[in-house]
Amino acid sequence: MATLTPIRPARPVTTAAARGRTKRRIADNVHAYLFLAAGLLCFGLFSWWPLVKGIMLAFQQDNFVTEPEWVGFTNFQAVLDDPLFWTAWKNTLEFTGLALVFGYLVPFGVAIVIHELRHLKGFFRFAVYLPVMLPPIVTVILWQYFYDPGNGLFNALLSALHLPESGWTQSPKMVMISLVLVSTWANMGGATIMYLAGLASIPGELYEAAELDGASVWRRIRHVTLPQMRFILLVLLLLQIVATMQVFIEPYQLTGTTNPDSITVMVLIYRYAFTVNNDFGMAAAMSVLLFVVLGAFSAVYLRLTRRAS
Amino acid sequence: MSQRSLISDSELQRRPVLYRVVLWSLALLFVALFVFPLYWMVTGAVKTPLELAQPVPTLVPHSWHPETYADAWRKLEIGRYLFNTTFYAIGGWLFQLTVDVAAAYALSKLRPRFGNLVLGGMLASLMLPAAALLVPSYLTVADVPLLHLNLLNTPWALWLPGAANAFNIYVLKRFFDQIPDELLDSAGIDGAGRLRMLWHVVLPLSRPVLAVVSIFAIIGAWKDFLWPLLVLQDPSTQTVSVALSRLAFNGYVTPNEMFAGLAIASIPMVVVFAVFQRSILSGLSAGALKG
Repeated sequence: MATLTPIRPARPVTTAAARGRTKRRIADNVHAYLFLAAGLLCFGLFSWWPLVKGIMLAFQQDNFVTEPEWVGFTNFQAVLDDPLFWTAWKNTLEFTGLALVFGYLVPFGVAIVIHELRHLKGFFRFAVYLPVMLPPIVTVILWQYFYDPGNGLFNALLSALHLPESGWTQSPKMVMISLVLVSTWANMGGATIMYLAGLASIPGELYEAAELDGASVWRRIRHVTLPQMRFILLVLLLLQIVATMQVFIEPYQLTGTTNPDSITVMVLIYRYAFTVNNDFGMAAAMSVLLFVVLGAFSAVYLRLTRRAS
Repeated sequence: MSQRSLISDSELQRRPVLYRVVLWSLALLFVALFVFPLYWMVTGAVKTPLELAQPVPTLVPHSWHPETYADAWRKLEIGRYLFNTTFYAIGGWLFQLTVDVAAAYALSKLRPRFGNLVLGGMLASLMLPAAALLVPSYLTVADVPLLHLNLLNTPWALWLPGAANAFNIYVLKRFFDQIPDELLDSAGIDGAGRLRMLWHVVLPLSRPVLAVVSIFAIIGAWKDFLWPLLVLQDPSTQTVSVALSRLAFNGYVTPNEMFAGLAIASIPMVVVFAVFQRSILSGLSAGALKG
């Protein structure tokens, strides 16, 4: 395609003007980078450097006194040999899976119903988002009282209904469900509000046409709502997976950092780095593994949203 | 009249009873699920520990001790922690806004060489889950490269990493991109410098996006837990969330005092929500639609 170069009329180049232009371009760039300087510094020091440092750390043994020593895959080996490694991944995946049922599908159903109501919409939006505004630790501590197997509110409710009581966070069977319930209560408002925004943007004519064709409400959901919501459903799915796989605060506060029934990947990283051993190498190796898994999801998410905008 | 949705008005009018039943049972369910726990927290604080320990809970407090709130305030030193949290939140907000607005303005309007590379590098950090960088970020803050500063237990440990917010830069840049260059050019002819153009032309036009970024910066700072837990280990520097987590269930305070502490810690953001509900929910909705 480069064969047809447009012929420019020969123009006398005044060197002074050219020099002026170059000068201005340099001045513009200097100005721009002055505005960017603080941002570059913050990103460089606290985002880009930690990424490099984290990868280096995963392959080093560092006692912070002498020079760090390169140890190859020793840290990864140590992490893989830790019996808690697989437990933490199993628990994390269980949390993510359960959270998809409770925190992803339930808000979708709730949003569809709220969107059809003609009254109290402001109240529903306010109420469902209220827990999102609480500091997460407040929510978790409050629920810690509710879950108390001795005189917590939940067991009191169960026994009032003549149902068997539960150990909640202290029962190996119920502990992950208990964590997911708090987490869902605290976070489902965000998903609900976003679903509501998506539902409000579906063109009414589509439902009109479906109704004229005699489609029942269920068929309208199946053939109009779901396809129209496909994008937002996918985006929230990825966001939810990435967020729930980093779950920390619920297991940390409710069950501590040593309970094998509820230890998650993030809690294990915290445990390696900040409890007894201060083994930053193992923590970094575990972080790299988590990063690889989550990075894939994040990349898909960014591609989707960039394409849409 | 808004456009129709899944179920048309006439369909709805044919089933008035069903509609009422669904509406009111959902309203009841929402009160029970989302409002009642907060009622329990606020009223739990005025009950005696004895009443709280009863096997059958009391819906309305039998004992009435509002002074528990004052006791909790004193024993938990909530004043200090609320002050810390507010100070960190406002400082963090100012840093985020200053650094990110300047960066977004440079990338959107001054468009320097390698600007796209810089933007790409910043946006790439959105792909990094915060969790994966936790440990190296902590070590960086403990010993900042080149400067060899230890920022632990100082506000800078929250403010500086918080200012590196790619999402803000992305949102702000997209907004600035829509401001026509001609507006800036005509200001330039009038002799305005780059900073004055930003201050007098760009920022006044960007009030809506600045409001949304600000609200979410404050809320985010208030809700943050894991990062402050790591970098603020000196109790006197802690945020209210970190302090409550440290003081809960260690026998230092009674359950009713803890309920009071939890309620006090919730008030600021609940008030923010009540006041800015529209901006918060519509900001979230806009984010959902644009991705």
